[in-house]
Amino acid sequence: MRGGEAIIESLKKMGVETIFGYPGGQTIPFYDMLYDADIDHILVRHEQAAAHAADGFARASGKVGVCLATSGPGATNLVTGIATSYMDSSPIVAITGQVPTHLIGNDAFQEADIMGITMPIVKHSFQPKDPDLIPSIIKTSFDIAASGRPGPVLIDVPKEVQEGELTSFDDNLIQIPGYKPTLKGNPRQIKKACELIKQAKRPLVLAGAGVILADACSEFNEFVHLINAPVMTSLLGKGAINEKDELALGMLGMHGRKVSNDSVNECDLLIAIGIRFSDRTTGRLDSFVPDSKVIHIDIDPAEIGKNVDVDLPIVGDAKNILNSLNNLFKGYKASNEVNAWTDKIKQRKIDLLPRVTYDDVPLKPQSVIKEISEVLTPESILTTDVGQNQMWAAHFYDTQKPRKFISSGGLGTMGFGFPSAIGAKVACPQDPVVSINGDGGFLMVCQELATVYDYDLPVIAVVLENRTLGMVYQWQSLLYNERHSETKFKDSPDFVKLAESFGINAVRVEKPGETKDVLKTAIKDNEAILIDIVIDSEESLPMLPPGAGINEMIGEYKLEKDVI
Amino acid sequence: MEEEYHIISTLVENRPGVLQKIAGLFTRRDFNIEGITVGKSETKGLARMVITVKADEKILEQVTKQLNKLVDVIKIKDITKNAVKRELCLIKVSTASEVERAEILQYSNIFRAQIIDVSEETLIVEITGDGDKINAFISLLERFGIRKISRTGITAMSRGI
Repeated sequence: MRGGEAIIESLKKMGVETIFGYPGGQTIPFYDMLYDADIDHILVRHEQAAAHAADGFARASGKVGVCLATSGPGATNLVTGIATSYMDSSPIVAITGQVPTHLIGNDAFQEADIMGITMPIVKHSFQPKDPDLIPSIIKTSFDIAASGRPGPVLIDVPKEVQEGELTSFDDNLIQIPGYKPTLKGNPRQIKKACELIKQAKRPLVLAGAGVILADACSEFNEFVHLINAPVMTSLLGKGAINEKDELALGMLGMHGRKVSNDSVNECDLLIAIGIRFSDRTTGRLDSFVPDSKVIHIDIDPAEIGKNVDVDLPIVGDAKNILNSLNNLFKGYKASNEVNAWTDKIKQRKIDLLPRVTYDDVPLKPQSVIKEISEVLTPESILTTDVGQNQMWAAHFYDTQKPRKFISSGGLGTMGFGFPSAIGAKVACPQDPVVSINGDGGFLMVCQELATVYDYDLPVIAVVLENRTLGMVYQWQSLLYNERHSETKFKDSPDFVKLAESFGINAVRVEKPGETKDVLKTAIKDNEAILIDIVIDSEESLPMLPPGAGINEMIGEYKLEKDVI
Repeated sequence: MEEEYHIISTLVENRPGVLQKIAGLFTRRDFNIEGITVGKSETKGLARMVITVKADEKILEQVTKQLNKLVDVIKIKDITKNAVKRELCLIKVSTASEVERAEILQYSNIFRAQIIDVSEETLIVEITGDGDKINAFISLLERFGIRKISRTGITAMSRGI
């Protein structure tokens, strides 16, 4: 067995059925061996899309996503995708070809020090110099990527290692004594948390992606109902709780739901789970929950106390810890004070529901998201790009299940939405997959329409067309005297013709109600489609200006109850 | 919070790239690294790094935790309070006359430094000690004309078991 075959065998052993990649000079041996292998390969049209697709696959399935690129430019094109998954703790394994070992360091053709380049954005990386090590390296990479706080692992395989013969297939040649994530929460800390929760009069829960990554959503749901505390989430925490649940207030943060941003500083106990308190979630730190105690549960000890001072940390896996907490709270009845507080917040949620009903032309993005919400089932997957489209989706779309809202949070990568939807569709072929994009971000990755066509992947690409780079445009409108520097396009391409040139159906939508009809038909027909939706370019979203506290939003927050 | 010097002893996998990872981590997180020494440890395949950082308590906690997250890092200990610290320094100094040469030899004896190379016009002196001792010795030699200084940075070990 040769090195490349060992990669394929090892991937299969890890349960991998599909990889996303793009061949090149230094991966020709691998691709030759792939030719006869029974593992699916999706040929993307740009390596960055391979990384995003692997990431989307991982987020939708909970399994490790795999992407592949050649050395040099192929590898550097993966960098944005690897950084995206690193920031959002998404488990991917990125395999790159490398020039033959004897040429490394010689500035050989298509040589790049991808190990060095990616060092700050991977959880770990390997460069096998001996084919015998490949099975162990792949196994260890999957273990590192998926366990503890998940993240990307890079494997850089020199060309001759892909071709070299293994003396034997042994995947236990590598030990990693320095890697031992803490999974079980300290029982004493858990007991103390229990006491703090019982003493609290105005508890709030803040859930991040960690709850979803730990596959702890049902335990989480049980927990918040046991203690009857309202729940906010971060952007990536969307789906940790069914957002139609009365306890779910919605997203907290720079573009958060008014009910969450207004209420967070009123709590006397914040229970934060699987979250890293990003500046986009907390706003100005010194005015964030000033009068509240904080319990912070996270698997990464380095997140404890990094941004927000914590009264009670519990390091460990959210599922384990929530299970222990639920056992301690079995049969527990929340105090009258807590019930009164929670009732008040529940009512506030209803009073402050954001306005989504509009019949304006050009369309308001809020009403577009509303129409999409009305068609999609709880199982449907929504991926977003980055910018206004992302915040509209996050703000106005109620995510009902975990792993059904996929978005680039930490890195905020434009061009993530569409390729991540390809990965999500491969992971969940039975579920409708809709990607919400702006016209800016979509053009960064529109070549992937070819991938969708080639593999007959029924991905629905929504393009919210406002002919601006909306989020920056909005900042310029609100904070820079309407000096719209380089954020207005002269015009957009004809997205319908663009899609059709790839063999993908497309429809242009301009009026209320049309989005709903087109989407319904697309889901029923189970075909790829691009829906180009022309929206009001002046519409903006209330926001926290930089340096502001969480409850100091600017911009008018229109309410649904005010709709006449 | 006040910034102080801390000495962190770190046991790491002795593999290529590990020093780069640790140095990169310090740069990326804007930690203030003062010095780093690396060498093989008592265990085969493992190296010991002694890192000197200037940090307040909060940053120090982050330094330790972020280092601990690196897969190649096996063990970390802040040994500031209970450490024997040593640095090695080589100094090439000009010797204009026999008298000066004799003087340098005398100073070297007092500081328990050693002459490890002699030429007609220069001497190389090797001195070991903590930073203050080395600084004091260097300032004594300055008037003879120092041509080159090469310092290892601090390595350290905790006392007792």
